[in-house]
Amino acid sequence: MRDRFLIVVMVLFAVLISIAPALAQSTAAGRATTEAGSYRVPRTPDGQPDLQGYWTNSTYTPLQRPEGITRDFFTREEAIEIMKKAAAAESEQTTPGTIADVHYDFTQFGLDRNQGGVPLNLRTSLIFDPPDGRLPPVTAEGKTRAAERAAARKRLGGPWDAAQNQSFSVRCILMNRAGPPMLPGAYNNYYQIVQAPGYVMILVEMIHEPRIIPLDGRPHLPGHVQQLTGNPVGRWEGDTLVVESTNFTDQNPFAEGASEKLRLIERFTRVADDRILYQFTVEDPATWTRPWSAELPMLRTDGPIFEHACHEGNYSLVNALAGARADEKRRAEDAVKKSSQ
Amino acid sequence: MPQPQMPGRLARWVLVTVAAASVLWQSTPVASGQASPYKAPRTADGRPNLNGIWQAITEASWDIEPHAAAQGPAPALGAAGAIPPGLGIVEGGRLPYLPGAAEQKRKNFENRIALDPEVKCYLPGTPRAMYMPYPFQVIQTPKYIMMVFTFARAVRTIYMDDHMEAPADSWMGWSNGRWDGETLVVDTAGFNGMTWFDRAGNFHSEALRVTERFTASSPNHLLYEATLEDPKTFSRPWKISLPLYRRLEPNAQLLEFRCVEFAEDIIYGHLKKQPSQ
Repeated sequence: MRDRFLIVVMVLFAVLISIAPALAQSTAAGRATTEAGSYRVPRTPDGQPDLQGYWTNSTYTPLQRPEGITRDFFTREEAIEIMKKAAAAESEQTTPGTIADVHYDFTQFGLDRNQGGVPLNLRTSLIFDPPDGRLPPVTAEGKTRAAERAAARKRLGGPWDAAQNQSFSVRCILMNRAGPPMLPGAYNNYYQIVQAPGYVMILVEMIHEPRIIPLDGRPHLPGHVQQLTGNPVGRWEGDTLVVESTNFTDQNPFAEGASEKLRLIERFTRVADDRILYQFTVEDPATWTRPWSAELPMLRTDGPIFEHACHEGNYSLVNALAGARADEKRRAEDAVKKSSQ
Repeated sequence: MPQPQMPGRLARWVLVTVAAASVLWQSTPVASGQASPYKAPRTADGRPNLNGIWQAITEASWDIEPHAAAQGPAPALGAAGAIPPGLGIVEGGRLPYLPGAAEQKRKNFENRIALDPEVKCYLPGTPRAMYMPYPFQVIQTPKYIMMVFTFARAVRTIYMDDHMEAPADSWMGWSNGRWDGETLVVDTAGFNGMTWFDRAGNFHSEALRVTERFTASSPNHLLYEATLEDPKTFSRPWKISLPLYRRLEPNAQLLEFRCVEFAEDIIYGHLKKQPSQ
């Protein structure tokens, strides 16, 4: 246990180090929109605002504002305290000696988000519009669709009856929060941005997801050509990269229920040498009663990004399915034994 | 299409011509790409501009060795599933397998539906990704040259600075790159030994080391050459070469080929719950 305590202390130290540069800045990432004015964004040789480098969007800030909080922002002291507690809780989230502890020992395998740095975010939720920090109400059509999907899932049988009954995340097809919009989770929250004339490319570490964004003003794909992560088209608005994505399938795992009418606008603004403000607006009139917007900072970090061959190493799916079949076999054998007694 | 800038064009042309001439003097007869008289447009940092969407046009994806047409492994597809004939991309025609490895190749071919990593939508490895029948895109910067492939959305990062030995084994390998005049030279190692060269079961071990040379031979062609060394599998190093063609459609772009879904029944189907249970 003493080792574990030491690790937690080390983790907290790492958190404080990653917070430190944020403290030195005059404003919090949450208000970074105003910061952009004073910072001169470097340029690539072909004149694009330069977003290149390795970035992390790790955060402890929830997408939706927790119940009971009515403010948009925490004070700096409150935010730091919340991050420290969250980091400590995350490092201790498995019970020592259990299987879960061996499988997901967050302090040992670099899975801890704070090991890579978490930018300080004073916002109480990533959603800033609607102003209550909560997802807008779901439309009647959206509710019907959600119910139909739940019924369809039920018809497939139990979650471990077949690989296809599992989520895209478990099947290593697309992590449900990798988006777009690109939201972080507990690990693999790293991104590499490269720019060449006419293109921005974002390599999302999670399941090696490359996002190639053309800047030549080309039209979107024909409407019936749909892709899980949509069809992105980018443009520069001043120093901000604006990426508009349409052509989503109705299977986009994002937010549990977006429809194929989803239109996503992402905005990337470099607000400091070590920071990009990432904002997005979700429009899907078939699902939500109004558009909604969120923002979070991306903090400069170190590379490289390693190959995340998720599908290739998906032993857990094989083992879980095999375990389910073994359980069924044992139960069937037990039933035969009982009936013969 | 990205339009490269050409600052100091004349000066660079002179420099490049001198560099290319010196390469010519040293070049061996087989390295035809080095003798190409073509000079690619330049990037802002003065390098040959390899940006673009490229694709191999070859039957090597079925078999990198010369081969006649044959019935495919899925006869239900009839002629649509047949193996098209091709002259291959291997210099000298045949791979110099060690005796045990030749036997393994034969077994791979016999069991290719079960064993070919492509069937399972696994990352295709290097060099296989380069000549699969799908487009890939090069995004070139001074420090990193990214190659994004249609199949399995595979990505190669070529590190132009900060060269290091592969920190961990991987499917696509770890690539360090450098410029040799008109040619991008990429040294790739750190493989996990689980990738193949083609659908015919040609394979390698984790000891594979690939040295690739990319040389523009016209505005719309790259000559792609690679030397492959794997002393655990082959008796000597061997070479492949093929042209890569620029995709010229005005709206050319990589579309999602998220192939995991198409492979799940093959990988996990035997673990499905049976109705009788």
